[in-house]
Amino acid sequence: MSPGITLKDKARESLLLRNRVIVALLVVLTLTVGLLVRLVYLQVLSHDLFATLSENNRVKIVPIPPTRGLIFDRNGVVLAQNQPSFTLEVVPEAVEDMEATLQGLAEIVDLREADLERFRRLLKGRRRFEGIPLRFRLDEEDVARFAVNRHRFPGVDIEARLTRHYPLGPAGAHVVGYVGRIDEQELQRLDAADYSGTSHLGKTGVEKAYEDELHGKVGFKHVETNAQGRTLRVLERSAPVPGNDLELNIDVLLQATAEQALGSENGAVVAIEPQTGAVLALVSTPTFDPNLFVNGIDAEDYAALQTSVDRPLFNRALRGQYPPGSTVKPFMALIGLETEATTPDEETWCGGFYQLPGRSHRYRDWKRVGHGHVDMNTAIQQSCDVYFYELALELGIDRMHDFMSRFGFGRETGVDIGGEVAGVMPSREWKRRMRNQPWYPGETLITGIGQGFTLTTPLQLAEATASLALRGRRLQPRVVRALSDPETGARSILPVAELPPVVAKLDSHWNRIIQGMVDVAHSARGTARRIGKDSPYHIAGKTGTAQVFGIGQDEKYDAEQLDKRLRDHALFIAFAPVEKPRIAVAVLVENGGSGSRAAAPIARRVLDHYLLRDAVET
Amino acid sequence: MVDDRPLAQRLHLDLPLLFGILLLAGLGFVVLYSAGGQDAALLVRQGIRLLMAIGIMFLVALVPPRHLAFWAPWLYGASILLLLAVLFVGDVGKGAQRWLDLRVIRFQPSEMVKITVPAMVAWFLAERPLPPRFLSIMTAGLIILVPTVLIARQPDLGTALLVAASGALVLLLAGIGWRLIGVVTVLLGACAPILWYLMHDYQRQRVLTFLNPESDPLGSGYHIIQSKIAIGSGGLYGKGWLNGTQSHLDFLPERSTDFIFAVFGEEFGLLGALVLLGLYLLVIGRGLVITAGAQDTFGRLLGGSLILTFFVYVFVNVGMVTGLLPVVGVPLPLVSYGGTSLVSLMAAFGILMSVHTHRRLLSG
Repeated sequence: MSPGITLKDKARESLLLRNRVIVALLVVLTLTVGLLVRLVYLQVLSHDLFATLSENNRVKIVPIPPTRGLIFDRNGVVLAQNQPSFTLEVVPEAVEDMEATLQGLAEIVDLREADLERFRRLLKGRRRFEGIPLRFRLDEEDVARFAVNRHRFPGVDIEARLTRHYPLGPAGAHVVGYVGRIDEQELQRLDAADYSGTSHLGKTGVEKAYEDELHGKVGFKHVETNAQGRTLRVLERSAPVPGNDLELNIDVLLQATAEQALGSENGAVVAIEPQTGAVLALVSTPTFDPNLFVNGIDAEDYAALQTSVDRPLFNRALRGQYPPGSTVKPFMALIGLETEATTPDEETWCGGFYQLPGRSHRYRDWKRVGHGHVDMNTAIQQSCDVYFYELALELGIDRMHDFMSRFGFGRETGVDIGGEVAGVMPSREWKRRMRNQPWYPGETLITGIGQGFTLTTPLQLAEATASLALRGRRLQPRVVRALSDPETGARSILPVAELPPVVAKLDSHWNRIIQGMVDVAHSARGTARRIGKDSPYHIAGKTGTAQVFGIGQDEKYDAEQLDKRLRDHALFIAFAPVEKPRIAVAVLVENGGSGSRAAAPIARRVLDHYLLRDAVET
Repeated sequence: MVDDRPLAQRLHLDLPLLFGILLLAGLGFVVLYSAGGQDAALLVRQGIRLLMAIGIMFLVALVPPRHLAFWAPWLYGASILLLLAVLFVGDVGKGAQRWLDLRVIRFQPSEMVKITVPAMVAWFLAERPLPPRFLSIMTAGLIILVPTVLIARQPDLGTALLVAASGALVLLLAGIGWRLIGVVTVLLGACAPILWYLMHDYQRQRVLTFLNPESDPLGSGYHIIQSKIAIGSGGLYGKGWLNGTQSHLDFLPERSTDFIFAVFGEEFGLLGALVLLGLYLLVIGRGLVITAGAQDTFGRLLGGSLILTFFVYVFVNVGMVTGLLPVVGVPLPLVSYGGTSLVSLMAAFGILMSVHTHRRLLSG
């Protein structure tokens, strides 16, 4: 193209573009004027209408908290429920002068110092526009008096709330657990939307472990409020989904029996149904009243619980770690048979002590004069330490560790409520890792009688005993049996989980050790003969007396206490009836002194309750 | 040779435009402080984003328009590839697949497209004599259509329409005949049923609610009703800064982002709105002046399209907030909280400054 035409095109293009720009500018101005007209319509012509609407007819979205699921024991006894109560609540954002408001309220409604203290504490770390409770459980008079004076207190209102209640109080507190107000850290981890109406969260036990199932789903309502935030009416409601009810495997009467049997002693009882792994009772004494925690426990009450020497808040069944003592002997015997380190008829001479070859140190038997010639059955029955020292030496710590681990020692059981500890089943490798020290033969000996580094929880012992009852078959312990939907009634039973079984080479191996355990209770010289003497069913059990090593604590004691705390722990494991086992139990009495005197009778009471009551009913 | 031109010129900044932008941003901070619940941290975050975006504007302004024109097709191609990547491997955010996570940075390719599409169309048309012939128009249409469809499938109908609009504006500025515009408009109107059929449920719901917000006061009509109440109750002078009751008592969702104009209207009233719109008009006016005075066709077409798209944002947002248009997720530029569209916005301003300050003083 010649330059001339290009130039002309350029000029024409410029003009064209300039025209378009002018058109664009005109369109822009027109549209802007259109916007202004609209704004004039809204802000001038309709101003009065909108100003009124803005004052009086505000729509607020209020969450409706879901009803928390109830917790029942296996027979339908209610362990945790929701009770309606009236609460006086304050929304700080809507209150002008907090101090004056509080003073004014104190004239109308009873306010304790503890209420005010808790209220101030809760003022920090809460969500915007969330109501803070000032006083719980107002009676009808309080409600009426406040209602008459309501207009004087903007930002304060009475809310009908459901409060969690544990009708049986301390019974089962360690299993069921309790709920408490959600704190800041927990708030970060939660789904804020789903918990927007919920004030409480499961803190321990079943309440915590099954929080998701118990909580349900939040609902919403659209309410019309006025300038002060007072609800005028509800416009629309989307119902919340209530949480699932839980049916526990726990038999609360059995639980109560065990608690009573322990009496004022500190200890634990765990009872399991072997065929299903159902936890029938999970007791830790002393216990505490979970109702205290629901609405924020008083500082005094909490201090009392925390500092008590007996540690009522500590769940001994799951977290108490104790040397199992002689209760390991049936297991050791089984190892002996399996590894052919010994036979049932092989005899050992027990003179009251044992010495390692070439050493002078004497490892004592609990019976100073010794048991004489003992075979395996006698050794279990009468709990001969020397027999097992010798067996342990023959087995070696690593084989013992390997075998005992298969029964779950040194490992968490995986119980569904969580919060347990794993205990310790030592080995050479363990000692290297934890203490950077080699293993000594003397330690093997004492491990053979359940002392030394070995530590178990009562739950582990109960589970291992249940496996003995089933001859090696192992099931994971479960506290919760089923969930049920409160709206539809649909019940879903939680599945039973099998754990890897302990397989023995010969059935007769099981028979031998179980016979030994039966003789513990039913033979003339068995260490638990007192409880087997008059029992209508056959019991297979084993006593244990565990030495206490000074596990240091920071508290000071007076002399009396000091004495008691150095006494041996008393243990007893058992299952019954031997022919068709329906319950396996592990009992621990802290500082109880003797397994046969302190722990076995408790186990007998528990077994009686479970087996005889049912027999009567059928 | 000593460069003794004033600093602004050396940096290729257009002071009037810069001034207007900063004023708008400043006003934006004022109302954002209120809408965000007097959260200073919020302002700081937004301030940082703004500074980074202004930095990008400075950088873009340094690039002469002919370089921009050279790179246009390449950038366009890259943005198409990125859009395809989003569709296949993109991250989902807020219910739509819009993001690409490149470990170092996370961004929305659809933002990039807001510049590359008009740039591509402008480049394409600038090569040819204007007004464009039919074949060129068709090709330009295709250039616009492909990314539009890709974005609409994310699904992000709002952005897709804006991208299409920015491309169409280039065509309009390039001088396609009025008759053609009329025919296309009629055709689009006829296409409405098809568009309706293709829309997702929630998009249809938005249109229905727009036509009658009271039909769904607690669902999707909620935004519009609350917004109108907020603005209307502001009256002539507004309720005063930080005093917006409607927008503060949790009644106005999205009040820091798309609906921030409602807070503005409630607190500063009609007079405040006049000031805000006036500032926008000044910025747009300056942009159009730059466009008219640009020397090369590419610069004019691209610059004009970008400044008019800016106006479209303002118009759509204010229209939506006052109930004139259906609710689409379009933020109020330079005022709404959020950084994703800030970058493409500032880049656009950078291009305008570049167009203006790279003029050679020709004689004749």
